This record gives sequence, C-alpha cells and structure tokens, in this order.
Amino acid sequence: MKYIFKFIAIFVFAFPTLTYADKEKLSGYVALDLRVFTSDAQFNNQFNGGQSSLILQPEFSSQTVNGTEKFSFIPFARLDNRDDNRSHADLREAYWLRSEEQWNLLVGVNRVFWGVAESNHLVDIINQTDQVDSVNGEEKLGQPMVNITTEQEWGRLSFFVMPLFRERTYPSEEGRLRSDPVVAQEVQYESRDEQRHVDLALRYSHYIGDWDFGVYYFKGTGREPRFTSNNNRLIAQYDQIKQVGIDVQFTSGVWLWKFEGINRLQNNNYFNAMVGGFEYTLYQITNSAADLGLLLEYMHDSRNKISAKAPPVETDDDVFLAARLAMNDTQDSEMLLGVVIDRNDHSKVVSLEIKRRLDNNWKLELESRWFKDTKENTSLSQLKKDSFVALRLARYF
Amino acid sequence: MNIIFKKRKNKIAIITSLVLFLSTSAFAQTEEQKGFNISARSDRSDRGFGDSVVELKMILRNAAGKESTRTLILKTLEVPDENEGDKSIIIFDSPSDISGTAMLSHAKILDADNQWLYLPALKRIKRISSVNKSGPFVGSEFAFEDLTASELNKYKYKFLGVGVCGTLKCDKVERYPQYQYSGYTRQVAWIDRDVHQIRKIEFYERRGDLLKTLNISDYKKYPGNIWRAQNFVMKNHQTGKSTELIYSDYKFKTGLKDNAFQKSDLRSAR
Repeated sequence: MKYIFKFIAIFVFAFPTLTYADKEKLSGYVALDLRVFTSDAQFNNQFNGGQSSLILQPEFSSQTVNGTEKFSFIPFARLDNRDDNRSHADLREAYWLRSEEQWNLLVGVNRVFWGVAESNHLVDIINQTDQVDSVNGEEKLGQPMVNITTEQEWGRLSFFVMPLFRERTYPSEEGRLRSDPVVAQEVQYESRDEQRHVDLALRYSHYIGDWDFGVYYFKGTGREPRFTSNNNRLIAQYDQIKQVGIDVQFTSGVWLWKFEGINRLQNNNYFNAMVGGFEYTLYQITNSAADLGLLLEYMHDSRNKISAKAPPVETDDDVFLAARLAMNDTQDSEMLLGVVIDRNDHSKVVSLEIKRRLDNNWKLELESRWFKDTKENTSLSQLKKDSFVALRLARYF
Repeated sequence: MNIIFKKRKNKIAIITSLVLFLSTSAFAQTEEQKGFNISARSDRSDRGFGDSVVELKMILRNAAGKESTRTLILKTLEVPDENEGDKSIIIFDSPSDISGTAMLSHAKILDADNQWLYLPALKRIKRISSVNKSGPFVGSEFAFEDLTASELNKYKYKFLGVGVCGTLKCDKVERYPQYQYSGYTRQVAWIDRDVHQIRKIEFYERRGDLLKTLNISDYKKYPGNIWRAQNFVMKNHQTGKSTELIYSDYKFKTGLKDNAFQKSDLRSAR
C-alpha cells in the first residue's frame, strides 16, 4: 500500500512534463459486482448469501506526438461489503516508456502477459495473481519493474529487473472461496531480502510462418506460495525459484494448437508442468454470423505433493473442455462454457461466462462457477459450498 | 473490340473455321485481359503511397434504422511487391469497452493472412485464424475480406461492359476470388473511366444471389495523384441492414516503418 502512494506522488510530480504530449486519453470503467453463493458457508465466520462490490479503474495515458515517449497510469480500487480483504486498491499500471526503433525501455509498474493456453496460465509469471478479485486467475497486481526490450529481425528479447515483490491476495475469514484455516496477513520469505529481493527474467519470443513461440528464464521469488500452519492460520511461504518456460502456438486454418511447459527448481527439487491442446472454430454456424469454438486442453504437473517442497496444485492431471460462442453481433455477445475435470478423483469445476454490451458505454457480464464431486481432504473440497453466480454491470468512459 | 473483329473480317477474304475459332478464343481472352487491365490500372493508381494513417467512423444500422457507432484508426504500410499483401493495423477507439483492442494483418495474396489480435484488458496478444474471411467484421455488414482483399492478384477478372455510375461512365468488371474461404462466387466492380477508381461493388454469395452492394463516394485527390474515398455504404439486401464508413482525412508517408507492424507493437499501438 505504501509504495502505491509513493508512485502516485511520483506521477503527480511527473505530470507537468506531460504538457508536450498531444495524445492524452482518459478512459476506464466503474462497475457494480453482485456475487451470490448458492449454498450456505462451510466454515465458521464466513458470510452467507451475496456480496456486492463497487469497482473503479480509471486509465490515463499520454503519448508524445512522435510516439517515442508514453506514460500510463491505471489505478484500481474495489470496495466490498462482506470481505475486508477483497476491498483493496492497486496500481495496475504506472510507467514511463521510451520507444526507439529497435529498443524500448520501460520504468514503473506494468502488467505483462505470457502464454497461449486458455485453461491454465502456466508460463505467465511476471505479475502476482489478484486472487480476491477473481478466482479465474486472470486479474493481476501491477509489478514494479525496469524492462528493456529489443526488437530485431531474429525476434524480440526482453529483460526484466523486478525490485519489489507483490504478495498474493487472499480472502478474509469472513470471505468465501477461501481455505480453512484462513491465510494469515503475515508472510515468510526464503530470501533474507524478503519483499525486496530483486527478481530477474529474460524472454525471447518470435514467430516463423504459422508458429509463434517464446522461451524464458526466471530467477527470483516464486509467485505461488506454499503454506505452513501456525496458530490455526496458514502462513504463506514464498520460496526462491529458478524456472524456464516455453509457449508455442501453431496456427493452421481453423485449428489453433497450443502448448505451455515449465521446469522449476524449488527447495532443491525439480519439477515439470505442462498444458497443451487445441482450439477448433466453426465459423458462421448454421449460416448465421455466429462462430463456435471448441476447446480441449490437458494439464499435467509432476510436482511433489508434499507441501514442504512446492505449493500444492490442483491441475496435476486434468482435462479442460469448453465451447465458446461468439455471436458477432453489434453488442459483441459472447458465451464460454467450460469444465475442468480431475482425471484422478473426478472432481469438476464448471464455469460459465456471458458478456454483452448494452449500448456504447454499458456492459453486462455474468460469471458462474460450480464445484462438483469434490473429494474430502483435497484443497478443492474447501470450495465445495462456494458455487456462485456473479453479475457485473460496468459503465465504460 | 467488335470494330477490330469486323475490320479483320473485311480485310481477310478467306475465313476458315479454324481462324474463326482462334479469333473467338482470342476475343474471350481479351475480355479477361481487359478486365484485368482495368482493375490493374485502378489498383496501381495509388502505388507509392508508402504508408497511411486514417481515422474512421463506422455506423451500423439495422433494418429498423437503429444505429450503433464505432470509431477506429487504420494504419497501412504499403508492400511494393504485388505478390505480397500490405500490412495493416486496426485500432478500436470506441465503443469504450473495446478501446485499445487492435488487430494486425500481414496480408498474403492467395495464402492465409497472418493475423494477431491484442486484448488490452488481459494485455494479451493472440495469433488468430485468418480463415474467417466471410465472417462479419465487428458485427458490421463488412466481411473481413471486404476490408482486406483489395490486392490485384487475389482475383481473376472479366470485362462485362460499360454502365453509368452517377454522373460518370464506368467499366463493369466481374471478379472471381482466387483466395480460399471467400464467401462470394463473384463480384461486379464498377470502375470509373475518369480517374479509374472503384465506385460500386456488387457481391454475389455462394448460392449465386446478390447479397450486398457497396457504394463508394466522396473521392478526394491527395498529393502524388493518390485517390481515396471518404464514404463507403454497404447495404445487405437479404437482411436490410447497412454499414457506413466515414473516413477522415488521410495522412500519407507518416514515417511508419515495418517495425511498427510487428506483433509486439500491438501493445503500444494507438
């Protein structure tokens, strides 16, 4: 939180220098979230019924006429009526970017996405997951960094220096979709530098014909914690890791073939994980404008199930099946229905997402998740009473 | 064409059936050659534009006349080789929920284009299938191919005749898509005889029926003898829906280079 104010101060100070910029833009959204749980809570002190949130994310950007310099400033805030940890603020972006023909330099807070798969963002490692914001793992906390990138004929090479670690967010004791016991506020680090350990990453990416690919090396504080138990609280323990990752997509006609893999060293223990599959699209089904995408992905993770070595993981031997319907209408209506099935214990997570623009500025989204057939004493069983339906009404500006 | 044929008949006393056969087939070839030549003159009239940047407004109207609007920026880099397609980036400005969404295309002539989509909410660049030529572009009456398939060698041609287009005289050229996955069996392009620009295109769908008509107007001449239309209206005859594109002034030779049309540049495109 403290560093957020520091950055705001820097940006307020830096604003006068923006007067030479000609392309300034203020955009963003304000949204109302309503999330209703279909069952009463499993654990003590959790609320029953629904929770509502107010979300504000203004986006300010400014660019010089020739495009060589750019500022971006995107603060984010959520105010939740049931879960104090879910009420939080973050700087999603606050950076200065200098672009030359073959080089660019970025200093500040940014979000960086790596990967190709839909069910599991396995190789994506730069940003910490904003777990309280969304259980789908796609909301990320802004990461402070210095990032130098070069674009050459032979591809793109990007180097990241990350001087400040962001801790994962977790629900409070009153909140739903949490573990039991609850995750404590205090955390432990393997490194003596704790949150100030300087993490490094180097990524190369390119495409040749129908192949798009990237490889990277990351050395620093692992983004997923493992947990130790203390005083009926779970303490998040952040280890030092070394990880290589690869992501590949082969685009062939209506088929997109995808693969992501990692190899990680954590606590003197190596393990591998992968996700791979395809997306097959039927365009203009039944002579309408709508497209139907069919997705199949397989996830595997070889990590030791002993939590003293590596964080526990759900996606160790799982299959993801999904259908995506894009109506291609003026409202950009879209629906995604998917299920992740654990091949060992046959537990399932079913998800449904529907989006539709109401007019030029309003958008309505529905998200629903059901946790089915969970087995006792698995981490997923902690969510067995947390199936929910969420509605979001957003006003973009 | 007919005049030449008659002269030849008068000058040559003996007409064998072989000669007749040859001249008829030569005649047929000429119709195709003529169609190609008219299209080539039109297509090549803007050669050397280098690069261009233009803002445009897209107005979608349903059969009842209800409107919805999008604004976008289109950047194009000319690739001089006629066997290669141009490179382009489309960046959406509104509706505001898709603001910053960008699509990069590296057009090919007969092979599938390379296309990437940038989704700003996730900061994700995704390679997408370019097979979907005939699908609607952002819910409009324009298909992807209507916007991207203007390259000369994407079609075979046939001259149909002469017609009147507004106050001008036009050559009517039928063109047949040669690239895969087109939604059309044929198109009829009306190219004026004055400045050689396309004024109208009729699109015939797979069953052979007239599907859409595109009217192109408000041509403006830019330095270097480059013509650009400022207004496109696509009318779908089967649904009653229409889409209008209104272009602002073009900027040419803005100094855009090839490296601004690479996939990673989608993140900072605006």
